[in-house]
Amino acid sequence: MQRWPVLLFLAWVCFLFFAGIGLFMSGFLLTRIELASSSSCSDPFVPPSWERQSLPPGSCWAPQRFSKAVLVIIDALRFEFAHFNPAKASPRPYENKLSFLHHLVTSQPRHARLYRFRADPPTATMQRIKGLTTGSLPTFIDVGSNFATYAIQEDNLLAQLVQNGRRVIFMGDDTWEGLFPKKFFRSYFFPSFNVKDLHTVDDGILQHLYPTVDSGEWDMLIAHFLGVDHCGHKHGPDHAEMAKKLTQMNEMLRSLVEHLGNDTLLLVAGDHGMTETGDHGGDSEKEVNAALFVYSKTPLFGTGPPEEPEAVAQVNLVPTVALLLGVPIPYSNIGEVMAELFSGDGDAVSAALQQLLVYHINAKQVDRFLHSYSLVAQDLPAEQLQHLQDLFSGAVEEHAQLLAQVQRPTLVPPELESRLGSLIGRFQLYLREARAVCTQSWARFHPLRMVGGCTLIAASCLLCYMASELATASDSFYRSCLLYPLLWGLVVAVLLGLAHAFTQNGLDLLLVSSWAAAASQLGFFWHWWGWHPKRARLVGSQPPLANVSLRQRLQAWLQLAFPMGILLFRCGAMFSDSFVVAEARVAPFLLASLVMLLIGKLHWDGRLTVPEGPKQQLLGFSSYRREIWYLLCLVAMLLVCVRLSSFFHQCREEIPQCRPSLFLSPLASLRNTRAKNLFYLLCVALLAGLVCAVRSWLRHYGNLNSSDPLVLFVRWGFPLVVLCIACYWAVASSADDSLGKLQELVQVAVVAFPWAVYGLASVGLLLLLCNPMTVFAKDTRESAGSIVTPYLGVPSSEVDFLHVIPQIYKRMQESQKSCLERGGCRATVAAYGLGSVYSAALVIALTLLGFLLMLLHSERLSLAFLLLFLEAFVLLHIHTRARGLAGDAEPFSVPWYAVISWLLAASQFFYSTGHQPIFPAIHWNAAFVGFHLDHSTNLLPAVLVGANTFASHILFAVSCPLLLLWPFVCEMPSSQRKKPKKEPREELQEVEEHMMEMRLRESPEKFSIALLQLGLKYLFVLGTQLLACVCAAMILRRHLMVWKVFAPKFLFESLGFVVSSICLLLGISLVMRVDCAVSTWFSQLQLR
Amino acid sequence: MKEAEIRRLLAANLLCVFTIVLTAVVPAFFWDGFTILGTHLAWLCICSVCVSTLNIILHLVLKPNLTPKRSSFAHKISRFLKCCIYFFMSCILFHAIIVLYGAPLIESVTETFLFAVLLSTFTTLQCLCMLGPNIQAWIRVFSKNGAMSIWESSLQITTICSILGAWFGAFPIPLDWDRPWQVWPISCSLGATFGYMAGLIIAPLWIHWNRKQLTYKSR
Repeated sequence: MQRWPVLLFLAWVCFLFFAGIGLFMSGFLLTRIELASSSSCSDPFVPPSWERQSLPPGSCWAPQRFSKAVLVIIDALRFEFAHFNPAKASPRPYENKLSFLHHLVTSQPRHARLYRFRADPPTATMQRIKGLTTGSLPTFIDVGSNFATYAIQEDNLLAQLVQNGRRVIFMGDDTWEGLFPKKFFRSYFFPSFNVKDLHTVDDGILQHLYPTVDSGEWDMLIAHFLGVDHCGHKHGPDHAEMAKKLTQMNEMLRSLVEHLGNDTLLLVAGDHGMTETGDHGGDSEKEVNAALFVYSKTPLFGTGPPEEPEAVAQVNLVPTVALLLGVPIPYSNIGEVMAELFSGDGDAVSAALQQLLVYHINAKQVDRFLHSYSLVAQDLPAEQLQHLQDLFSGAVEEHAQLLAQVQRPTLVPPELESRLGSLIGRFQLYLREARAVCTQSWARFHPLRMVGGCTLIAASCLLCYMASELATASDSFYRSCLLYPLLWGLVVAVLLGLAHAFTQNGLDLLLVSSWAAAASQLGFFWHWWGWHPKRARLVGSQPPLANVSLRQRLQAWLQLAFPMGILLFRCGAMFSDSFVVAEARVAPFLLASLVMLLIGKLHWDGRLTVPEGPKQQLLGFSSYRREIWYLLCLVAMLLVCVRLSSFFHQCREEIPQCRPSLFLSPLASLRNTRAKNLFYLLCVALLAGLVCAVRSWLRHYGNLNSSDPLVLFVRWGFPLVVLCIACYWAVASSADDSLGKLQELVQVAVVAFPWAVYGLASVGLLLLLCNPMTVFAKDTRESAGSIVTPYLGVPSSEVDFLHVIPQIYKRMQESQKSCLERGGCRATVAAYGLGSVYSAALVIALTLLGFLLMLLHSERLSLAFLLLFLEAFVLLHIHTRARGLAGDAEPFSVPWYAVISWLLAASQFFYSTGHQPIFPAIHWNAAFVGFHLDHSTNLLPAVLVGANTFASHILFAVSCPLLLLWPFVCEMPSSQRKKPKKEPREELQEVEEHMMEMRLRESPEKFSIALLQLGLKYLFVLGTQLLACVCAAMILRRHLMVWKVFAPKFLFESLGFVVSSICLLLGISLVMRVDCAVSTWFSQLQLR
Repeated sequence: MKEAEIRRLLAANLLCVFTIVLTAVVPAFFWDGFTILGTHLAWLCICSVCVSTLNIILHLVLKPNLTPKRSSFAHKISRFLKCCIYFFMSCILFHAIIVLYGAPLIESVTETFLFAVLLSTFTTLQCLCMLGPNIQAWIRVFSKNGAMSIWESSLQITTICSILGAWFGAFPIPLDWDRPWQVWPISCSLGATFGYMAGLIIAPLWIHWNRKQLTYKSR
C-alpha cells in the first residue's frame, strides 16, 4: 500500500488551498496604515493673532483648564446602566443603580453632565482602549489579535502626557500593560481574562484608589473596572449580580468624588455596551451605546443640561481631554472636541471665542493628519480630500477675519455672536466630514491579491475534482500528477528566493508560497494534459466509440447533477446576507432534501422494489424489499435528529425575535436547584450511555476481546474519563457562595479534573498510535495443550470433580464441532475483530475526541454531541444501505452524495453546538477549562477556543474515512453475532464469506487510491464552499453587511477549512497507521 | 386516438388551472376583504375544496382508467372509505415531514396543517382519483418507465412539480425583504400552487412533444 504518496498528495492540495486563503486574506483584511509621527508642544497651532503670552505655564496649544484628571473606565457600562429614571416604578436589576450620578446632575447642573458615548465597532475592549487613547479608528483585523495585545505604536494621549512630564497612574485591567508598556508612573495591574471572576480586578482597584488619590502624586489617574463586563459575560445584564456590581460602582463614585480636589476633572466612561445576553464585539445599538459622565468641582458648563442626553463619539474624548489638560492632541486623532466643556464661566462671547480657539486647533491638527496620511497612502479619495481642504481653508480664513474684527471693537455683541456661531458650525462640519471620510474608506482592499487568491482556490477545487476522477495507483500517476508539479513549485520558489536575495528586497513569504502554489498547479494541469490517456484514445479515430462515451459522459453528468445541485444551492446561499444569517436553518434543510432525494431517486430507478414483479397483491407493500423499512426508519431517525438539533442554536443580532437556546448557558447559571440536578443527571447519563454504546459496538464486532493496553483503556479508561467529566461538571456547576470553607478545595478541583481528562485522553490517543490493533487472535494450531487445567493433589472432594468434568466435556464438544465444520481438525487462527480493525481505531479516537470537546462546551451541550454521534451513525447506515440497494459496481469509491451529506451535517452541527460565525458568539469560556488564572502564552487558549468553535468540523473530518470503511464493516449479517472472522492461513482458503474490512487489505493499491479519492472529494466539497464564501466577500466588499456578515463568515469558513483539512489528514493517517500495524501483525503470524 | 386523448387531457388540465385562478378571484366578490395574502387560511381551504371537487368530477366524467369489472355497491363504499383514510393519513404524513423540514412545531399548527392538506390535494388526491387506494399501482407509477397511459404521465409530472414548487417556495422565507408573502406558509403554498399549475400545463405539452418516444405497454 502506498501510504506516503497519498498523504503527500493530500498535504500538497491542502497547501494549495492555504496559499489561496492567505493571498486572499492579505488583500481583503487590511489594517489601516499607522503613522509614526507624533505631535509636539512646539507645533505652530496657536493662531498667531491670539496672544501667545496668555498661555499659562505648562500648557501646550491651548490654556490648561485642569491640572489633574481622573478617568474611571467601567467596562461595558451601557447607557441604560448609568441613566437614572426616578419615575420608573419597578426598575430591572441594571436600572437606576447609579443614583449618585443623577444626584450630581440634578444638584449641580453646571458641574456634571451625562452623555451617550457612541463607541465605534468593533466593540472589543482592546480596540476601544486604542480608540479612547489614539483618537482613531481601529480596523477589522485588529479583532483577531484580542488575545495578544501589543503595544500601541501610534501617537496617543498617554504618550503625550508622559512626553509633557505628567505622571500617569493606572490601576485595573492588565490589557493596558501590553498596550502601553513602561508609560505609567505607577501601575496596579490585575488579570483581566478570566471572565468568571467578578471581583479580583475591582477589589484590587478599590484597595489602591483612595490612598493614591489622597497622596496627590499624579496628574492623570486611570482606573479600569472590569466587574460589570465580567458579570455581563457570566450572568447577563438582567441578573441580581449586576445590581450588586452597579451598586458597588455607585458607592465607589460617591467616595471618589469626596476625595477629589477643585482642580480635578472626573470622567466616568464605558468603553462599550453589551447585548441582552451580556456579549459585545459587534455593532448593534446596545453594544455601541455606552455612557460618559463628566464632573468637576468647578463649574464646567455655561448652561444647564439639555433634556435628552447628547450623543458624542468615543474618539471625541481624546482631543477634549488633551486640550483640557494642556497637552497636544495626538497626531492621528480624528475626533472632535466637546466644545461646551471649554466655555468656562464667562459671558457668551468669550465662551464662543474660547470654543472657536479649540475648534481651530482641532481642525488644524486633523488637517495636518489628513495631509500626511494622504502622502503615505492613497486610499482616501482625492476629490473628497480636496473638498475637505476647501472647507478647512474657508473656515480658517473667516476665522482670521473675525479675529481681526474682534481686535477692533466694531461689532456689536448680537451680530458677533451669530457670526461666531456660524463659524463654529463650519468647523464642526469640517471635522465631522473628515471623520466620515476616514470611517468610510478605512476598509481598503487589494483587488489584485483578492482575485489571485480566488483564482488559486478555484483552480485547487478543479484540481481536486480532476484528480479524484482519474486517480490510479500507477507510478506514472504519482509521477506526473504529484512529483512534477511539486518540482515546478519548488523551482519557482527557489527562483523567487534567489531573485529576492539578489535584489535585497524583503522576502514576502506569502507571495513566494502563492507563486509556488500557482506554478505547481500549472505543472499539474500541464502534465495532466500530456498524461491523460483517454484523450489520446479519443483522438485516435473511432467516432462511434467517441459518441458512446459522450452519451455515457452525459449520463454520468446527470448522475452528478443531483448531489452537485444541492452543493450549488449551498454555495449560492453564501451570496445573500439573509441566507448567511439563516444558515443554521439552511444546512439542515438541504441535508434533509439531499437524503429525501436520494431515497426518491432509488425509488425512481426501481431499486427499492423486488425486480421480479408483484407476486402477492394482498398487501400493497409486498413488492418492496424488506430492507426498505429499515432504510425508511433510518431516514425518519435522521430527520428527527436534524430537527432536534435545532434546539441548540445560538442567536444572531440580525434576528431580533430569536431567543438563544436554554441549553447554551452553563448549569451554574440555573437558579432552580431541582432543574439543575435533573439536567446534571441527564448529562452524566448521556455520557455513560455513549460509553456503553461504543463498548457494545466494539464488543459486537469482537474488538473488545484482546488484552492489549488499548482495549484495557477502552474497558477501564473510558468510564474513568466519564467520571472525571462528571466530577468537573458537578464542581463547576455548584453555586459560588454555597460551599464556604470548601472554596479552596473547589478551586483545586476545577483545575484538576479537566487536567485528568486531558491526561487520560492523551494517554488513550498515544496508546492508539502505538498499537492500534484491537484484535484478539486465538491460535489453535498448537492444540496440544493440557485438556484440563492443572490441579494440585488428588481430587478430594466432589467440588473438584464438578470443576473438572464439565471442562473435559466442553473440550470434547468443541473439538468435535470444529472437526465437523471443517471436515478435519486443521489448524486455524481465529482473529476476533480483525474485520473491523480500521473502524474500531477510528471509533475509539472519535470517542476520545468527543469527550475532550464535550469538556470544552457547557454541560448541556453534551445532548447536542450525542445527537451528532447518532446522526453520523444513521448517515453511515443510510449510506451503506443505499449503496447496497443501488448495487454499485465500485465498492471502493465513495459516492458524492455521501461526502456532501457528511459536510452538510458538519456545518449543521457547527450551529447546533451553539456557535455562529460572528465574534460575540465565540465561547471564550472554553479557554478556562482547566486553567484558573491567566494564561502565560496565547497558543493554548487559542487552541482550546478553536477546538470548541470547530468541534463538529473536527469530529466529522476525522471520521471521514468511515464513509469508505462502513459498507465493509456492515457486510456481516446481523444474525451472526460475534462470529469471529476466520483468517485462513495461506494453505486454507475456504472461508471467504465475511471478509469485511480485510477486503480492503486484499487490494492495497485500490485501498490507498480509495483513501486518496475520498480525501480529494472531501477537500473539493469543502473548497467549493470556501470558494463561494471568498467570492461573496470579494464581490460584495462594498455591501452594507460586509463587516457584519460576510467578512466574519469568510474568516470562520476559512479557519474551518484549515481545521477540517488538517483533521482529515490526521484521520487518514490514523487509518494508514492501523494498516501498518495490521501488516506487521500478519507478518508476525506467518513467522510463528 | 392519442391526439384526441392528449386534447382531452389538455382541456381537463386547463379547467383545473382555471379553477385555481377562480378561487383566487371569485371569493373577493362575495366576501369583502378577501385576498390570498390577507386571508390566506380561507384561501387554502377554498382552493383545496375546489380542486378536490373538480378532480373528483373530472374523474367521474372522463374515467381515464377503464376498469372493466363491475363492482358491487359495498365494494365501492369500502373503496371510498379507504380513500378517505388514505387522504387523511397523507395529510398527517405531509404535516410531519414539513415539521421535520423546519416548520414551527407548536405555533401556527393550523397553517402548517392546511398547507399539508393543500399538498395532499395536489398529490395524493390525484393519485387516489386516478389509481384508487392501491399502493401497488402508486409505486409502479412513480418509478422509471412506470406510467401506462398519458393520464399517468400527467400524474407523475404534476405531482413532482407540486412538490418541487413547495420546496422552492421555502427559499424566500429567510430573505429580509419584509414582504407579506414571506410569512409561513404563504410562500410555500403559493409555490406548491404555481408548481401544480405549471405541471398541469407542462404535462400535455411534454406528452405531445414526446409522443413518439412514449410507448405505453399494457399490463
